[in-house]
Amino acid sequence: MERASQDISLSDKKREDLLMLLKSAQAEYRHIPRAFIVDTAKALGLPENQVFGVASFYAFLSVEPLGKHVIRICQNLPCYLKNSRMIIDSVKKKIGIIPGETTPDGRFSLELVSCIGACDVAPAMLVNHDVHGNLTPQRISEILNTYD
Amino acid sequence: MPEKQIVSMNCGKIDPDNIDTHIDQGGFKALQKSLEKMTPEDIINEIKTSELKGRGGAGFLCGTKWELARKAGENQKYLICNADESEVGTFKDRHLLAKDPFTLIEGIAITAYAIGAQTAFIYLRAEYHFLLDLLTNAIEQAKEKGFLKHLAVQIREGAGAYICGEESALMNSIEGRRGESRYKPPFPTEKGLFDKPTIINNVETLMNVPQIILNGGEWFKTIGTGNSRGTKVFSISGDVEKPGVYELEMGSPVKELVVTLAGAKNIKAVQVGGASGSIIPFDQLDTPLSFETLLGSGGVIVFNNERDITDMVHQSMIFLSEESCGKCTPCREGTEVMIEIFRRLEIGEGVPEDMENLEALSEAMMLSSLCGLGQAAPIPVLDSLKYFRSEYEDRIEKSQILRRLPRSIA
Repeated sequence: MERASQDISLSDKKREDLLMLLKSAQAEYRHIPRAFIVDTAKALGLPENQVFGVASFYAFLSVEPLGKHVIRICQNLPCYLKNSRMIIDSVKKKIGIIPGETTPDGRFSLELVSCIGACDVAPAMLVNHDVHGNLTPQRISEILNTYD
Repeated sequence: MPEKQIVSMNCGKIDPDNIDTHIDQGGFKALQKSLEKMTPEDIINEIKTSELKGRGGAGFLCGTKWELARKAGENQKYLICNADESEVGTFKDRHLLAKDPFTLIEGIAITAYAIGAQTAFIYLRAEYHFLLDLLTNAIEQAKEKGFLKHLAVQIREGAGAYICGEESALMNSIEGRRGESRYKPPFPTEKGLFDKPTIINNVETLMNVPQIILNGGEWFKTIGTGNSRGTKVFSISGDVEKPGVYELEMGSPVKELVVTLAGAKNIKAVQVGGASGSIIPFDQLDTPLSFETLLGSGGVIVFNNERDITDMVHQSMIFLSEESCGKCTPCREGTEVMIEIFRRLEIGEGVPEDMENLEALSEAMMLSSLCGLGQAAPIPVLDSLKYFRSEYEDRIEKSQILRRLPRSIA
């Protein structure tokens, strides 16, 4: 079994640190590796299923490996009213995957997410932690080309 | 009633990266007054006099809540600032945090002193990670100026979950658990974060505190309506010319926000309070925005004449179902069944019982769901059945016509 890297210290950690630890793992490995769940459960004195339960609950954590850049397109009403479906289609076309998938080269993952609080610049998406608003199909290529 | 800025009075006037620009505008005077001239009880009394209510959606009286936490017999207490703004169409806290983090920190410092908390957490939604550095910097600057000697302010970031804006789910998330709602009682003022007395207030609520301390609760009471004192910060989006953030006196008519300020035209309906907010038709735009009538979190979405309201409600239900934490059955299953019905109506497979079933299911969900998500999810469904019933009837009629057609044509 793969070993969790030593990049994230598990010593002296408590239950309340769990979400932060999982977020660190997500940032480090682009997902929460199984080995990390096992090691964290041991370090915190928790059953593995509880650690997995937290890892699988939140939208910004993934137990499956994600791409280098994660595209999160808002699918809720304010963006929907501003044709977010067209944006979703043009992103799908540009990178050749559907929501929930990662490109074979590992560059992008695509997700449809709940409101990201950018309704004043709808339609909007997050790429990693960057907000991109007032999207048009024409701008998609230009934006995604800046992430390599 | 015109626009009135209390909460957002410094937005655009100060440099959010530089505390000195905030101090130049009179910032932290309320904190100094609180710490030097007032006891915690004085502050709570002032807030009680003001009748300030929580701005996150539930609208509970802050003074009453704070007093419960103050009087709770525990040494360790917590204050949580809920910056997990996740309601669909709501981005006013994002705006406030980005433009004026200092007023929030001042509000937090006063509130913590009043309830007797030595630790305050700001729970920031993961989607607003881009605000983390700005907020951290603002806390550091306040610390350097000596404003936070009585208090440790820590930021906890969420990881993407609408339900974590619900206070008990939020506390679970800070404790490193799944963001699922808790059964109440016990209430947070008694057993909250780490089982200690806890006050959870929204960003906007806490940002009201400094001005109330400076000008007095009686002053605050002169603004707004009988049961809704002060102002409200609204986020408006959808079919409008000028989407954005506007602060208005409580009791202002919907029309003022939607038409005068945001420039909406050909309005069919307005939803106030996000995905589970009330929907009102265009002929009710004189309705005042207040706790007595319509408010919620202040997220307002406008639909023009080209929109099908059933389609809008369907979209909201998809969101609510996705974000249901799954702990209680009425919410988890109820939202799913509602989606099934809306889906059938959409594709021409509606049946006459659909409207009745939606109503019955709504009642069950409102009565038996564990938290606000499931309790409020049916609100737009019932409103749309009330004001836009003909849309449902049309879809059911079309479904019946389709069923009568020979299969090869249908």
